Amino acid sequence: MPVFMAISHYKYLRTKNPVYKNITQAWSKGVAIFFATGAVSGTMLSFELGLLWPEFMKHAGPIFGMPFSLEGVAFFVEAIALGFFLYGWNRFNKWFHWCTGVVVGVSGIASGILVTSANAWMNSPSGFDYINGQYLNIDPIKAMFNDAWFPEALHMTIAAFSATGFAVAGIHALMIYKKRNIEFHTRAFKIAIAFAAVAAILQPLSGDISAKSAGKRQPAKLAAMEALFHTQTYAPLVIGGIPDTATKKVNYGLEIPSLLSFLEYDNFKQPVKGLDEIPVKDQPPVAVTHYAFQIMVGTGMAMMVIGVLYFIALWKKRKWLFKGWFLKLFIIATPFGFIALEAGWTVTEVGRQPWIIQGIMRTSDAVTPMPGIQYSFYLFSFVYFTLSVAVIFLLSRQIKMVPELYDK
Amino acid sequence: MLTVVILFLFFAIVLYFLLGGADFGAGVIELFTSDHNKHRTRKTMYQAIGPIWEANHMWLIIAVVILFVGFPVIYSQMCIYLHIPLLVMLMGIIARGTAFTFRNYDAVKDEKTQGLYNNIFVYSSIVTPLFLGIIAGSAISGQIDFGATTFVDAYIFSWFNWFSVAVGFFTVALCGFLAAIYLIGEADNDTDVRRFIKKAKALNIAAFVCGGLVFIAAEVQNIHLAHWIFGNAISLTAVIAASISLILLWITISKGKKMIARIFAAFQVTMILLSVGYRRFPNFIVLKGGQNMSLLTDHAAAKTIDDLGIALLIGSLIILPALFYLYYSFREKNS
Repeated sequence: MPVFMAISHYKYLRTKNPVYKNITQAWSKGVAIFFATGAVSGTMLSFELGLLWPEFMKHAGPIFGMPFSLEGVAFFVEAIALGFFLYGWNRFNKWFHWCTGVVVGVSGIASGILVTSANAWMNSPSGFDYINGQYLNIDPIKAMFNDAWFPEALHMTIAAFSATGFAVAGIHALMIYKKRNIEFHTRAFKIAIAFAAVAAILQPLSGDISAKSAGKRQPAKLAAMEALFHTQTYAPLVIGGIPDTATKKVNYGLEIPSLLSFLEYDNFKQPVKGLDEIPVKDQPPVAVTHYAFQIMVGTGMAMMVIGVLYFIALWKKRKWLFKGWFLKLFIIATPFGFIALEAGWTVTEVGRQPWIIQGIMRTSDAVTPMPGIQYSFYLFSFVYFTLSVAVIFLLSRQIKMVPELYDK
Repeated sequence: MLTVVILFLFFAIVLYFLLGGADFGAGVIELFTSDHNKHRTRKTMYQAIGPIWEANHMWLIIAVVILFVGFPVIYSQMCIYLHIPLLVMLMGIIARGTAFTFRNYDAVKDEKTQGLYNNIFVYSSIVTPLFLGIIAGSAISGQIDFGATTFVDAYIFSWFNWFSVAVGFFTVALCGFLAAIYLIGEADNDTDVRRFIKKAKALNIAAFVCGGLVFIAAEVQNIHLAHWIFGNAISLTAVIAASISLILLWITISKGKKMIARIFAAFQVTMILLSVGYRRFPNFIVLKGGQNMSLLTDHAAAKTIDDLGIALLIGSLIILPALFYLYYSFREKNS
């Protein structure tokens, strides 16, 4: 979001068109709301790790703490830059002011990458030797650059642009469709959709890198994602379907023979490890992982198609851009990016179970000894839910007020 | 490098106390402001803390990250035994931060929702430092009991005791006092300046009374606070320095010297933290039965501490100048 804001700000400084200034200011309010919510829930998160998983943090903290420390720095820089940006209109040199907006975006992306790298360590623990239940020879730098960090960080960064882009573009498309402040919303739409479309088209490629990396490190996760119960050559890619753990079959799914082998190993014949090779006590919940994966890929593909259509419209069929059906596509796709993002996190987290640190520590051994912990869990869930509702409420009020605030 | 990390931890805690504390105090002051003046107080406050409050609260995140990376055993035991007050404090932080931003960024300024934001902001501004103080008090109260067998002993009495609660109220009063001193310098007219001076004096007295209660509670609880603080040279000097600065503070407030008053107020609070912190060092948590969790022994592996220290040093090279420029430029532009 801050990146979109900086682009619009740049256009304003270059063209002096006040519409871009209005867009920048409107978006900056969104950024302020997101940042405040993100800052407090980030504070909550840094305590939650210990409140819910003290046993995990006792051992993991010193190992994967490096990205967290750097993330703290990035977050701090973001907060300072945001202070400059939000309150700096007409107070500073305009290009300095613009730069502070860019810093908000860059440090935001940096902290996203760093936090994802900490999560990647849970999937691909490295930077220590695990000997007789002891964590020895700790190297935080090596832990930060674990095998999973790059694929996960790439996938997440692109996802962030695609999710925000589609959400923002969708909202502006709705306003264009309703014929409100058309110039304002059209220009805003164009900036957002450019990022969204490019990200959505690139995402399957980074997904491929991620899936290959996960398959190599976490065969159980890949098998659960694909609901692959049996190790097989010419492994099929299963689309949809209801996995049945009792009969070890996927009902009603569409199977494309050999495609999974090909996607994982670039070879149609290569066998892919199924759940039968993994002890039952080390298997993740198959159904949840499989459904979440299907939802992520499904919404991701839909966004890719919409992205391609947008570029076709832009270069070949300009008249589509003003058609109701075309706008409706984007309106429908508003939540797709966030649905895919949440589904993707479900895949990576549920797919890692029963481990909190892959192959090292079980989630059940990490949880706090305090009884009644479920109430804390309910409370945290309630807080996140309330925050989401409050943010949506505030954003909708911002959008509703666009005519009054910016029609001058 | 361990020394560097511990120093950063101390600075992060002190700065959070001073800067974050002044932010919380702004809410305390809002509660004790008559309805007639509330609007103006809010406006001054918004100008004063609007651009910087997000950054002020980052110090808490820095402190927590240092704790869980560098001192993971201390962090995880705190999280287990002080789960409940930490949870309440977090709820306060969330409610307060969002309400403060939302009341400014809600595009529709109707009375009903603004009133709701105001109420959330004010009450969470009290709950948060109260529990922050309770947590700080609990760390040194010696009531955390690793051998506790019942839920109440382990997870309630670890923090729900006279001493911790007294420290909680002391913290609230100190936050209000810091905020009042800070706001004196931000007010743009004489009536408001006089109003904030009155508040600063009242809250200073409140802090003094609460401080007395802390000592009484410590005696009730059999914590030798007086002995800790007055029993060694550095803590005693810190206390004397704090007392002298208190007198100077009253004089400077009365004379309307805003910047110097701020420095004295910050100095005073730092001295209070130092006097307790120094005496308790290196023990971060005092346990029931006289055992301690120490910063010098319960830390992470050397390589982690080294890397953490380097990360903090590099980070502060980026953060501190930027932060300083932020404070500086908005002060210049406001005046």
